[in-house]
Amino acid sequence: MTDDPRLPQLDANIFANAPVAIAVEHITKKYGDFTAVDDISFRVMEGEIFGLLGPNGAGKSTLIRMMTTLLPLTGGSATVAGHDVKKEADAARRAIGVIPQALTSDLDLTVEENLNIYAKLYSVPAKDRKQSIDELLEMVDLAKWRGAQTKTLSGGMRRRLEIARGLVHRPHIFFLDEPTTGLDPVSRVAVWEMLMKIKSTRNLTVLITTHYMDEADRLCDRIAIVDHGKLVALDSPRALKASVPGENVIEVQFDNMPPEWEQRLRNLESVASMQPEGASMYRILSHDGSLTTTQLVAMAIHDNVKVKSLSVQSTTLDDVFVHYTGRALRDATQAAHAYIPAMRW
Amino acid sequence: MNRMMAIVERELRKFFRSPWLMMSAMLLPLVQLIVLGNAFGGKIRDARLAVVDYDHGTQSLKIREAFNAVEANIRTFHPIYYDNQRQAVDDVRNGKLDGALVIPAEFSRRVYEQNRPQIALVVDNTDNFMSSTLETEFGDLTQALNQPDVQPRMVQQIALSIVELYPYIEYMKYLLPGSIALAMFVSVMIGGGIIYIDDKARGVHEGYLVTPITRLELVMGLNVAGALKAMMAGLVITIIGGLLAGVSSIFDPRVLFELLLMITVTSVAFIAMMSFLMVRVDDPLVPRAVFGILNTLMFFPSGAIYPIKAFPKWLQVIAHIDPFSYAVHGFKALLLKEAGLSAIWTDLLYLSLFGLVMMAGATALFKRTL
Repeated sequence: MTDDPRLPQLDANIFANAPVAIAVEHITKKYGDFTAVDDISFRVMEGEIFGLLGPNGAGKSTLIRMMTTLLPLTGGSATVAGHDVKKEADAARRAIGVIPQALTSDLDLTVEENLNIYAKLYSVPAKDRKQSIDELLEMVDLAKWRGAQTKTLSGGMRRRLEIARGLVHRPHIFFLDEPTTGLDPVSRVAVWEMLMKIKSTRNLTVLITTHYMDEADRLCDRIAIVDHGKLVALDSPRALKASVPGENVIEVQFDNMPPEWEQRLRNLESVASMQPEGASMYRILSHDGSLTTTQLVAMAIHDNVKVKSLSVQSTTLDDVFVHYTGRALRDATQAAHAYIPAMRW
Repeated sequence: MNRMMAIVERELRKFFRSPWLMMSAMLLPLVQLIVLGNAFGGKIRDARLAVVDYDHGTQSLKIREAFNAVEANIRTFHPIYYDNQRQAVDDVRNGKLDGALVIPAEFSRRVYEQNRPQIALVVDNTDNFMSSTLETEFGDLTQALNQPDVQPRMVQQIALSIVELYPYIEYMKYLLPGSIALAMFVSVMIGGGIIYIDDKARGVHEGYLVTPITRLELVMGLNVAGALKAMMAGLVITIIGGLLAGVSSIFDPRVLFELLLMITVTSVAFIAMMSFLMVRVDDPLVPRAVFGILNTLMFFPSGAIYPIKAFPKWLQVIAHIDPFSYAVHGFKALLLKEAGLSAIWTDLLYLSLFGLVMMAGATALFKRTL
């Protein structure tokens, strides 16, 4: 659900009747003349896994930092678990668990010591501390590593420790900023499965930022696509994909194309849209992938045009991103990597 | 309070898991104490002194006998006899000799005639310490030679008797108070400066800031932990340095208690100052870059290695603001003079007030957001 009338209202929200866990109204963050987050509004319902998807530098982390009281808001408001993050920051902090993007557990401390320190920082009563830590260690499958120094753990295990750390005080809402960045594919899947398990057993509302489309697709009930600090689309992954004209994506590369070849491709039956991608490569959205492919190949044979490569696939979130922003998410991510300002040390 | 103690617990656990860090905080002051204490503490021995005797008379023989006595006893210099004044002066210039004494021709005759007899001492005054030692030694020698052979019954000259309140203080002992303060300073520089900023850059503080910990609890937690680490460094150097320098008073329970008090207050003042300086810094290079500057600006004007009274006015002003000066003064009073609380209460008061002001400033400047 979004309050922004400019955004497409694509799908009936399955959480429409649930209470609101997070309400963001016209939130803005400016650094001098640069607007990092530009007038974004949305609501996250209780029990939902809500994803913020966008390339690096899109404003996802800034947005999550404002919601978790880490950054002051330039404009608008954010309410988390019923608490205004500006006026009731302390109450908001007690209600949320936050996993920052960087791995920040102390390497010299053991797994249990790390959890214990954070339990104390959240004022978890001494009598509940051990039980809470025991439960969490079982949940994240680190029970047998409780006495190990954190520096001896793998990246995936450290991420699981951080997730346990964020839950040590039994929060209602869990914020995760790019929780699988830097992990190998096996560890990523392990983290996903663990998050799903925790979410189901603890009745959590989860807000997750990611630039991995498969992660957003697999984990999230709803996804907000953010680009250049603006919210460009918001709905369930299925509804977002359905919103893109065409159900299949054909990527094809030709050689020796005659004049007006592009126009003839556009005129093929079932083609919804076509986008040249350079080097004689085309990205075609089609309502019937197999029909378009057959026609396209037949036309190429007839005109003696060489097909250098051809792939057909279902619509992905990347296609959704292209549809709403005009560029591929992977390209945007790479571009953001290339132009990201030097890290502020 | 529990949240503050969680920060203290985290810092101390990290501290004890990295013993090399603890060692490095103490290494610089210990090395400085041992090297500087031995390098600057001694008296000059076996300086090479040319003696050019153009007189060869009875009075020059008296001088040469006096030289032999010096060589055999206090060994300040070792005479080397030259025939040629020019060669002797050249050898002083090129560093083969540390000085040259020239006894001119007709010296003995002038002594007997009481006709202003003179001897000349040629010194290499680019080395102030050597030249002033030789000048003092020859001043004493000349004074002794000038004594009349028969003393008058009533001595009319005024004599100065010097009463030393304390036994002779070797330079290593003199350096010890500065070394203790330096150990605490290095400890807060590493803990309160370098590690603090590194933790910030790694995002550790981001983890703290999303918890309900208050600004005061966080600043206090970091400061209490930093002060405890500095106290440990100070105490270890007090004991090791005290043993190396031969200061036995550290085992007197009263002195030890007063030393602990001084160490505690100094640690609080230093860590509070470091917090104040680093509270808004984000760049991990900054504490590393300012380490040397701060060390020079605070350690050297403190009177740790040279008396403050010898400084120019502007440097004395720095010394009077510098908490290091009060720490050094307090430790000197306790270790070298065994003076009690009455001698250090002003130091304790200044350091406490300084610490409070710095802590208040650091808390006010601390940002609860990123």
